[in-house]
Amino acid sequence: MKVLVPVKRVVDFNVKVRVKSDNTGVDIANVKMSMNPFDEIAVEEAVRLKEKGVATEVIAVSCGVAQCQETLRTAMAIGADRAILVETTEELQPLSVAKLLKALVDKEQPGLVILGKQAIDDDCNQTGQMLAALCDLPQATFASKLEIADGRAKVTREVDGGLETVSISLPAIVTTDLRLNEPRYVTLPNIMKAKKKQLEVFKPADLGVEIRPHLKTLKVMDPPKRSAGVKVPDVATLVAKLKNEAKVI
Amino acid sequence: MTSLVVAEHDNASIRGATLNTVTAAAQCGGEVHVLVAGYNAAEAARQAAQIAGVAKVIHAEGEHFAHGLAENVAAQVLAIAGNYSHILFPATASGKNIAPRVAAKLDVGQISDVTKVDSPDTFERPIYAGNAIAIVQSLDEKKVITVRTTGFDPAAATGGSASIETATAVPDSGKSKFEGNEIAKNDRPELTAAKIIVSGGRALGSAEKFNEVMTPLADKLGAALGASRAAVDAGYAPNDWQVGQTGKIVAPQLYIAAGISGAIQHLAGMKDSKVIVAINKDPEAPIFSVADYGLEADLFTAIPELVAAL
Repeated sequence: MKVLVPVKRVVDFNVKVRVKSDNTGVDIANVKMSMNPFDEIAVEEAVRLKEKGVATEVIAVSCGVAQCQETLRTAMAIGADRAILVETTEELQPLSVAKLLKALVDKEQPGLVILGKQAIDDDCNQTGQMLAALCDLPQATFASKLEIADGRAKVTREVDGGLETVSISLPAIVTTDLRLNEPRYVTLPNIMKAKKKQLEVFKPADLGVEIRPHLKTLKVMDPPKRSAGVKVPDVATLVAKLKNEAKVI
Repeated sequence: MTSLVVAEHDNASIRGATLNTVTAAAQCGGEVHVLVAGYNAAEAARQAAQIAGVAKVIHAEGEHFAHGLAENVAAQVLAIAGNYSHILFPATASGKNIAPRVAAKLDVGQISDVTKVDSPDTFERPIYAGNAIAIVQSLDEKKVITVRTTGFDPAAATGGSASIETATAVPDSGKSKFEGNEIAKNDRPELTAAKIIVSGGRALGSAEKFNEVMTPLADKLGAALGASRAAVDAGYAPNDWQVGQTGKIVAPQLYIAAGISGAIQHLAGMKDSKVIVAINKDPEAPIFSVADYGLEADLFTAIPELVAAL
């Protein structure tokens, strides 16, 4: 069984972004970029499936600018066998990415696609579910446990009240939550090895996909600022303030 | 122009997040209809019909809707989607699971986590963990939206008198099966709907200490319990207590953060709370920069003192 793992290049999670002064977006020039953390969990899970003998090949995919090659090399350093970049400089929104991925699913016929549940830049939480819909495949989102047996995936999902387990027929789409696994650190020998692995590059047109925006960003603003309040010396003062000033208890 | 709200329910009752979503739908203009797709869900449909501002409830009944599987619910939404200009879901685990399937099948973009409706086609939504707010305009004829419940007041649960129409249920997709769940049962308010939340961080040190220190405070205040990602990852608190960018987004009247340093990802989940109290022994903890009341103290002495003083 092949496993396809889409990965996104995003602003590193430790970077606090700044809104541009002309309000057209956030400033990402000269900012550290990394693999979206949820996608790292997805790559790790796919590689573990290969190590267990469940998966035969792990293919990492990224859609975006040429620099996404670095993200794909990281995925291959974790253990992906090869990589595909769909290169474009156009703005990619989730539905367009899902269409590109659908074309690759048709081409590669994976038994499983594992994606991060959301990217930490646009916080959309859409691509996996959209891909599942376009491919008419079942989905298990927000996975915290994944078992493959008898042509099905048994997935424990993080839901609002706790956990839920679903069983879905393969091929299927799974999106990862934080507790699925802890990704390994990539080692220097594996980084070197990853440089020699195959990385194919396509253009959206090669896959017959037209990139079209569905949302237009009119303005990006700073969120309302919350200013620091006061420090209280002790619990008694805190209780008095909450009762008499804030009136919340 | 008519909006459809896809109700979140447990067949016996409508979940609170549905009420906030109805408010957002009303702001999109036009009538508001509510879809209740469930199993033995007549009571949920009846409750939906009482929500103020709802003109019509569409009730689809089938065993395969019992657990809200995305494949089946999305197909049911698509079966009636033609009648609507806006299709809205609460941005809960369930809504986030289903909405993109609907959008993709309609070949439209989805507007996630909307916090404000500026006009029928223009919306505000947080990006980068709430460090920026984007105003986006939908270029599609139909809008598929998930609603961040903290951005909208809940519609009144009673006072409405909508008609209930029965819709033909779509067949089971057959590809996905519900196997079971572990939903914690307690008398505490739901995290996303609670008026008061007490939240603990890594400083608690263990699951036992978390329970021993935080539970009495929550009991005393009738509060919901929350946790930082660090506390959840360390196994001190269950995953569904996680407050933050990728966990629950909350905005209670009072949020008490104990032993939480205040990472960007955590602040993203709670900074819209009305009053924030931070208890932390590190005077440099970033949580103090958003707290209305900060108490520099060891939580292991301060929290029991607080419980005694309340």
